Amino acid sequence: MDNKVILTMRGISMTFPGVKALDNVDFTLRQGEIHALMGENGAGKSTLIKCLTGINAFEAGEIRVDGIDGPVVNHSTLDAQKKGISTVYQEVNLCPNLSVAENLFIGREPKTKLGTIDWREMTKRSEKIMKDLDMQVDVTQNLEEYSLALQQMIAIARAVDMDCKVLILDEPTSSLDDNEVMKLFTLMRQLKEKGVGIIFVTHFLEQVYEVCDRITVLRNGKLVGEYPIADLPRVKLVAAMMGKDFDDLASIKSEETPKFSDEDILIDAQGLSHKGKIKPFDLKIHKGEVVGLTGLLGSGRSELARVIYGADKNQTGTLQVNGKEEKINAPIDAMKLGMGLLPDDRKAEGIIGDLSVRENIILALQAKRGVFRLLPMSKQVEIADKYIDILQIKTASRETLIKQLSGGNQQKVILARWLATDPDFLILDEPTRGIDVGTKTEIQKLVLQLAGEGKSLIFISSEIEEMLRTCSKMAVLRDGEKVGEIVEDLSQETVMKAIAGGDGNE
Amino acid sequence: MSKIKKITGQPLFLPIFCMLLVMAVNIFYDLGSGRFAFNFFTVSIRNGVLYGRLIDILNRGSEIAILAIGMTLVVSASAGTDISVGSVMSLTASLCCMLLAGYGVASTNTLAVPLIVGVLAGILLACVCGAFNGFLVAYLNVQPMVATLILFSAARAIGLLLCNNLIVYVRNDAFKFFGGYLGFIPTPIVIAAICIAVVSLVLKRTALGMYIQSVGINKDASRIAGLNSEKIIFLCYIVCGLMAGIAGIVASSRISSADSNNIGLNYELDAILAVALGGNSLGGGKFNLAGSIIGAYTIQAITTTLFALGVSSDQAPVYKAIIVIIIVAIQAPPFNAWVKRLSAKKALAKGGA
Repeated sequence: MDNKVILTMRGISMTFPGVKALDNVDFTLRQGEIHALMGENGAGKSTLIKCLTGINAFEAGEIRVDGIDGPVVNHSTLDAQKKGISTVYQEVNLCPNLSVAENLFIGREPKTKLGTIDWREMTKRSEKIMKDLDMQVDVTQNLEEYSLALQQMIAIARAVDMDCKVLILDEPTSSLDDNEVMKLFTLMRQLKEKGVGIIFVTHFLEQVYEVCDRITVLRNGKLVGEYPIADLPRVKLVAAMMGKDFDDLASIKSEETPKFSDEDILIDAQGLSHKGKIKPFDLKIHKGEVVGLTGLLGSGRSELARVIYGADKNQTGTLQVNGKEEKINAPIDAMKLGMGLLPDDRKAEGIIGDLSVRENIILALQAKRGVFRLLPMSKQVEIADKYIDILQIKTASRETLIKQLSGGNQQKVILARWLATDPDFLILDEPTRGIDVGTKTEIQKLVLQLAGEGKSLIFISSEIEEMLRTCSKMAVLRDGEKVGEIVEDLSQETVMKAIAGGDGNE
Repeated sequence: MSKIKKITGQPLFLPIFCMLLVMAVNIFYDLGSGRFAFNFFTVSIRNGVLYGRLIDILNRGSEIAILAIGMTLVVSASAGTDISVGSVMSLTASLCCMLLAGYGVASTNTLAVPLIVGVLAGILLACVCGAFNGFLVAYLNVQPMVATLILFSAARAIGLLLCNNLIVYVRNDAFKFFGGYLGFIPTPIVIAAICIAVVSLVLKRTALGMYIQSVGINKDASRIAGLNSEKIIFLCYIVCGLMAGIAGIVASSRISSADSNNIGLNYELDAILAVALGGNSLGGGKFNLAGSIIGAYTIQAITTTLFALGVSSDQAPVYKAIIVIIIVAIQAPPFNAWVKRLSAKKALAKGGA
């Protein structure tokens, strides 16, 4: 397994205003190896990647790439690509409205003698690329016709075809389901056989153990160590990432299931629906209850919650809040009834990127108060500081733009936005996606704490274990229809069976 | 070094810097032509009113400054520009003058309806135009440029229809007030100051400023957080229409007439330029009203300076374009990066030696 080293980074340091983002970090990548880069949010993973690909300029240290004499400094991703370093991000950075072939060759189209694009050649070569990687794709179709997973694999194919020696996968599996992840892993193993070195950034511990050969762990911008996978069992990895022993997640939920009486019903939805997405459903939520919505990706679990909140308009049925029938036409109506929604797509529907942490935190509260009752600045500062402290949001200051924060901290800011409105009913849609283990535990604890205070919650997550830990009831969705509720006997098995449908033997 | 960085990092640094640049040109010109160096800044009282190049700039720049207020909000909230403001100015003037003179009357000394009726009707119509634009953009999701293109081409023609194809003259002292003098100060300066003050106050005292920026940055997230994104965009266009109406009255009063073909001609471009010069991104989101206002007066300062330098009004746009290119280039991020690299190299050379 002692392959040739193709990339070394030595003593990389870099500072953001007020924060030492990287402090003397080393990283080594060998040929034909899948190397996991692990660390909590804000540990410096993304920054290290960005230094490598030329998005950020590092202050000290040097990068060497096999086959190039002398230290390498990239000034742009294009620069990095020319040196054989390609990156594929969580969000696919291709053009959905162009064909697969066009996407594969964009910027380097094969030309005819006349200088026009040689479409036939392009299609031919695209088909070959797809075939080589065992992907069944019609290259003349638009990219948007394919699932996110396939799009991601096409992005990888594009990178690989451009002679890349180092392939960086930054959270590629965050929005994929298990099946798609498997396909991606197969592709990664194929590339490994071809001698490509892969840097794999992810939050999913299981996935690391499934495909990786080596792990490098960062913490607070410093290198913790580089380990062969066999030397670092999962518990040790978590301990290395967090710098402390693993707080056992399983122990946070109290053993006895709380009992709810009918008088405590907060939300009583009957026959709510949204055309084409959600078939009419009934749902009762008690005060202090955490209801989980589960189902496969695309089964409508987010959409169901959005109908209650008014983010998608409800078209049939009635909704009673605290025993009174209410009409919700827009999110603000729901907010006035004490609701809040943390959307699953943080970037598109959560953060207001160019506003400060303070403004992002007070936004919902301000919207609830109305435009003419501006929160005094002293009050805004007080609220912002309070939640930065409670949720331990890592930010240079409260006036830092939210887009400059790491993903997990952005999520905490959005959470703070809702907590500031003191909601009775909070919908958390994938609150822990793309977040490190430590923060995950914190959020789960917070959910239970809120429930303990008598608040009701809807909790949506792709990780069943996480829901088992927090929810006292689960509603199961399949194809936009609520197919059942599990109250007693909540276990991985019963939930899986319910999601799979039928008798679960399929 | 860090001190310089602190100053250049200020959001208003570039607009103010551009303004100073224009003033410096004036000083050198005055020096060159053997006059008192600060001739440009001298303000005196002649015939009982303020007089001087500075006053002239503030006076003549009023319309652009007023338009820039509305344009700033529209750009921020909808990431698009309202190109109809110049035409709406003209329409406002036409309706106002037509009402004051009576339909079909080409020239009048006496008013057919009370002054306030004509003025308010004109401004109200401008608000309706703004609402029309806002409806198309906010509720029908039409691109701002396309939506406002409708009134850009139609409003002037509607004004001509209202005036029965005449240039209506209202030679009346009361009407002349808006483009004349309040005591010894030119009224347009006062009107612009009031508009700026009122809008700034509203932005400061209510959450509207944050709402507008929030919607401009991320419409969907704003909606989830409880803002009525459509309503906020709609409102911004109405304010923009209102400002165009006020500017239209001022422009019309200056020449005592409703010259449909010339009032507000190309003003939309100056207003958009003012927003850009103020350091605001035309891609929407964060805005800085003060920057836009300074930008507006900078544009007027350029024009006035060119005239003072003896450039004919036909050739002035050429020089104006050159100056604008320079100013915009200075503000462009790649230029900034280049300057930064240059200074870093210098620092490195110094350290090496």
